[in-house]
Amino acid sequence: MKVLVTVKRVIDPYVKVRVKSDGSGVETANIKMTMNPFCEIAVEQAVRMKEAGVVTEIVVVSVGAMQSQETLRTAMAMGADRGILVDAGVDIEPLAVAKLLKAIIQKENPQLVITGKQAIDDDSNQTGQMISALMGWPQATFISNITVNGDTADVTREIDGGLEKLTIKLPAVVTSDLRLNEPRYVTLPNIMKAKKKPMEVIKPDALGVDVTPRLKTLKVQEPPSRSAGVKVADVKELVAKLRNEARVI
Amino acid sequence: MAVLVLAEHDGKQLKPGVTNLLTAAAKLGDVTVLVAGTQASEAAQAAAKVAGVKKVLLTEAPIYEGSAAENLAALVLTIAEQYSHILGPASAYGKNVLPRVAASLDVQQISEISAVESADTFVRPTYAGNAMATVQSSDRIKVITVRATAFDPAGEQAAAPVENLAPGPDLGLTQFKGAELSKSERPELTAARIIVSGGRGMGSAENFKLIEALADKLGAAVGASRAAVDSGFMPNEYQVGQTGKIVAPELYIAIGISGAIQHLAGMKDSKVIVAINKDAEAPIFSVASYWLVDDLFKAVPELTQELSA
Ligand SMILES: Cc1cc2nc3c(=O)[nH]c(=O)nc-3n(C[C@H](O)[C@H](O)[C@H](O)COP(=O)(O)OP(=O)(O)OC[C@H]3O[C@@H](n4cnc5c(N)ncnc54)[C@H](O)[C@@H]3O)c2cc1C
Ligand SMILES: Nc1ncnc2c1ncn2[C@@H]1O[C@H](COP(=O)(O)O)[C@@H](O)[C@H]1O
Repeated sequence: MKVLVTVKRVIDPYVKVRVKSDGSGVETANIKMTMNPFCEIAVEQAVRMKEAGVVTEIVVVSVGAMQSQETLRTAMAMGADRGILVDAGVDIEPLAVAKLLKAIIQKENPQLVITGKQAIDDDSNQTGQMISALMGWPQATFISNITVNGDTADVTREIDGGLEKLTIKLPAVVTSDLRLNEPRYVTLPNIMKAKKKPMEVIKPDALGVDVTPRLKTLKVQEPPSRSAGVKVADVKELVAKLRNEARVI
Repeated sequence: MAVLVLAEHDGKQLKPGVTNLLTAAAKLGDVTVLVAGTQASEAAQAAAKVAGVKKVLLTEAPIYEGSAAENLAALVLTIAEQYSHILGPASAYGKNVLPRVAASLDVQQISEISAVESADTFVRPTYAGNAMATVQSSDRIKVITVRATAFDPAGEQAAAPVENLAPGPDLGLTQFKGAELSKSERPELTAARIIVSGGRGMGSAENFKLIEALADKLGAAVGASRAAVDSGFMPNEYQVGQTGKIVAPELYIAIGISGAIQHLAGMKDSKVIVAINKDAEAPIFSVASYWLVDDLFKAVPELTQELSA
């Protein structure tokens, strides 16, 4: 079966994000970018399913600026077969991304779509669910396991109280949680091979999707900072502070 | 304005956080609460008694077993057009259902708001809480998930009316196969007044007994960093952070946790933070109210002991 995986280019999770002084957003100039970690997990899952003989073709799709081609190349170095960039510029909202991806899905007809559970820049946690709703497909969010059995899949989801097991009909959308797998490192030979894999670039207009934002960002601010704490010498002092100063125990 | 709240519950009670969500909802207009499940009448009665609730809609049907995102979203859609705002918790439950509702209504969901500025303007954390964005929505219906820790819980009132709402369609897309829910005598992580969390520094699942003993002494919930969960020391539902649970207890004690931004994202709004770490440079100290540089295997038993004195 064919799998479609969505990948987003984001600021590296280990970079300290700084809010611009004019409050218009966060600093992105000269900042290390990378594939959203949940998307790496999604790609890894598809590659493992291909290695296991369950999947025949992996298409990776990204919506963003031209630089997102690098992210698609990384996914191809991990083992994806081909890449599609929807060149929509920057700051596309999840609803618009989901509509663009729906248009691609209708052309590609995958049996399974894997997205990350959350993009670590906007922290929206919406896109997979939205694609699934627009397609009228089943969804399984926050999965830590998936096994395909013909035209259904058994999945385990990470929920607030523990784990949930579902059987979903295919085609479906699933979103990856952290413990689905541990993504592989890309190797130099595979990076070289990925350069030769096909990459298509499409404009949103060609897909007939209106990407006008629905949300206007009025300002972006630093969170309130905490007042400086005190170092205590030992456990006795800690307990005394908690009892008499903070009065929390 | 008419506000619909999708309430999360366990059949009998509302989940912690729903009363906080109702505080946010009451700022926006007259609140109707939808309580749906296989059995939900007790939870609906509980919802009717939360201050600010004008009406409760109760829907009971087998098709709402488990998370049932597709069927729940379809149920919400049967009444969605009557409301200006549709709110749910920013929990695994709300995050599962509401984006489906939003996409079906062709609106852009506003995720995990931490403040209500006006009927169309909200504050939400982005980049693991490092950038607070104020956003204004132009959509005709605002679909919103709410970060519980950012709002105080609503009080009580004389019960509002509870009405039955007919089940929505059964889309038959997924089949619930069961859940493995953790059972614990300790308070629930998102509702606890005190949380004791352990990280990779704990070294093993066995060593988490030290955390549990301290938690029991304090009547606290237990939490964990991602590294502790990934290492198999604790199950996934204990993870605190950007991609785990967001907590803001009165007291959060972080033990053997370095303080990566993804962990801080889940706990830095706690009132008092205590950090115990043997590394004097650990970033967790930057958010700590009180910090102790010490070996946890010495300090934690000592702390448990000292609290018994
Ligand atoms: C996409 C993404 C999402 C993430 N989401 C989350 C999340 O939701 N929650 C989360 O927690 N993390 C999350 N992380 C992981 C995060 O970046 C860190 O890797 C993680 O929080 C580290 O956990 P830790 O502090 O337990 O481990 P470490 O960073 O290894 O720290 C262990 C600490 O224990 C101390 N220590 C060791 N032994 C002792 C001892 N004997 N006595 C005292 N101190 C000791 C060490 O000094 C060290 O500071 C995420 C990462 C990514 C990329
Ligand atoms: N611009 C994008 N391009 C490709 N995939 C995306 C994009 N935005 C979101 N996604 C996918 O949807 C997931 C969830 O993102 P979000 O809903 O923004 O938190 C991500 O992990 C991606 O897999």
